[in-house]
Amino acid sequence: MQALYAQLLVGLINGSFYALLSLGLAVIFGMLNIINFAHGALYMMGAFCAYFLLNLAGIGYWWALIIAPIAVGIFGMILERTLLQWLSGLDHLYGLLLTFGIALIVQGIFQNYFGSSGLPYAIPDELKGGMNLGFMFLPIYRGWVVVFSLVICLLTWYLIERTRLGAYLRAATENPTLVRAFGINVPRMITLTYGLGVGLAALAGVLSAPINQVRPLMGADLIIVVFAVVVIGGMGSIMGSIITGFALGVIEGLTKYFYPEASNTVVFVLMVLVLLVKPSGLTGRTI
Amino acid sequence: MTAAMTDDTVPVSGRTIRDEMIAFAIMTVLLLLVPFTGIYPFFVMQALCFALLACAFNLLIGYGGLLSFGHAMFLGTAGYFSAHALKVWGVTPEIGILIGTAGAAGLAVITGVVAIRRQGIYFAMITLALSQLLYFIYLQTPFTHGEDGIQGIPQGYLFGLLNLARPMVLYYVIVAGFLFGFLVIFRAINSPFGEVLKSIRENEQRAISLGYKTDQYKLLAFILSGTLGGFAGALKVFVAQNASLTDVHWTMSGEIVLMTLVGGLGTVFGPVVGAFVIIAMQQYLAGFGQWVTVIQGVIFVVCVLTFRRGIIGEIAHFFRRSL
Repeated sequence: MQALYAQLLVGLINGSFYALLSLGLAVIFGMLNIINFAHGALYMMGAFCAYFLLNLAGIGYWWALIIAPIAVGIFGMILERTLLQWLSGLDHLYGLLLTFGIALIVQGIFQNYFGSSGLPYAIPDELKGGMNLGFMFLPIYRGWVVVFSLVICLLTWYLIERTRLGAYLRAATENPTLVRAFGINVPRMITLTYGLGVGLAALAGVLSAPINQVRPLMGADLIIVVFAVVVIGGMGSIMGSIITGFALGVIEGLTKYFYPEASNTVVFVLMVLVLLVKPSGLTGRTI
Repeated sequence: MTAAMTDDTVPVSGRTIRDEMIAFAIMTVLLLLVPFTGIYPFFVMQALCFALLACAFNLLIGYGGLLSFGHAMFLGTAGYFSAHALKVWGVTPEIGILIGTAGAAGLAVITGVVAIRRQGIYFAMITLALSQLLYFIYLQTPFTHGEDGIQGIPQGYLFGLLNLARPMVLYYVIVAGFLFGFLVIFRAINSPFGEVLKSIRENEQRAISLGYKTDQYKLLAFILSGTLGGFAGALKVFVAQNASLTDVHWTMSGEIVLMTLVGGLGTVFGPVVGAFVIIAMQQYLAGFGQWVTVIQGVIFVVCVLTFRRGIIGEIAHFFRRSL
């Protein structure tokens, strides 16, 4: 049973990353009509940002948790201003191709300087060690990642569904022209939205740095799984993305325990099943 | 890919077909002359396999509006099937090619049924996820030999006559295979089937309202594309004499997209030119390690932002022809 709980925890952690990343993808898609293929690369940049802060400037984990998402978010906003904004009016697929190109550039540059092996990033002192819960041993850092991700996801949900800014955002998703007519600066909102989505990815990167090591390709394979998560959950609802992300992580964890051979593929197999039964995705609207 | 591509489409006419025939004749003559020019034939053969794959991919995106981000799965599947049949079962080359192509066709039927249930951006994500699923399957099943791949594949005698171990013979066999595949696609594009596909690309709802069962057309296009992509993969086995995980990886799918984008989406000859450009680039820049990836990324960005018609598309636009 120990092993089962351990795999469940791993599943929840992966689920946190799926949730944070698919949430960002959904928010970005809503505003920009772009599937951000660079999301995995930006997630990786978040982790590297934490690594640089620690090793070059001596800035630790807690500050990295704030600085890295902002820094990568700004980088994302620059990308949006310089490259992505020229795509408006073109077919959605061009956005996918452009961001795929950006992902190749970013990952290629990092691979040049850091190879393909992982760089270690230590767990901060405050979160070292573990707790014995009676039925299982809980490493504190892993518990922290799950709880913190959940809080961030819910905050994002609150921001978009319950605040005035979120209302503008949702309105601009529905009808940007009308929202502009009300005197709201939609292009700026688009840039900020991209920054927000990218910041969430970078945050996930910082969280994963102590667990998964910091590697140039850490986001490349993850983003494909997240795409499958997005197809399963649909991009219509924020809460849907969060729940689907965590649920698929847990299912993956359970698979690791009961049938480890299929743990890499279970999310994709589920995607196939969902497409056969309910093609529009579990919560999604058809696009 | 509607908005940007259709504004300069020249209507299909007798002149268009004639232009394309002339271009086809030029291409054929050039390919036949290659061995006498001193160009490394291995490079041309490799490029031709990718050119056929890119043409098959282009059939979906250029004429059906479906961006497949997993076309490497057909290349890799056919490669593994052919390689296994040739090496372990010891079949003749023609049977090996048939088995590989049939494997890819079967895969195309299964994945097609799943993938065509969604359009646009979702179609791209689904095909990518399906190819990743297949990648993990091939990583784990014993017959593919995991990271090592299947190596040292015997080339044998095609139809019992043509010794494929001789570079000259192999070259002309590959050229013949490529031209055959190319003509199948060319025929499909210019058939009533191709016209319906284009109408689906332009306006699927309208095509449905006119009574076309668009899902069936899309599925058929997907199967045709996957099968021909598999044919390219089976031919590639004889050139590279191995089958490995690289051919199923998503980076390979990305390269196929890049080749077609550089050459010109929705043009007949663009994917061929694009494949030669990208393969040549990889050859010359092989010493630069990961910078090749960076350069590919830059090409993606530049093409999408400023060069959406691609090489052949720009030429065709300049001469107001369709190529």
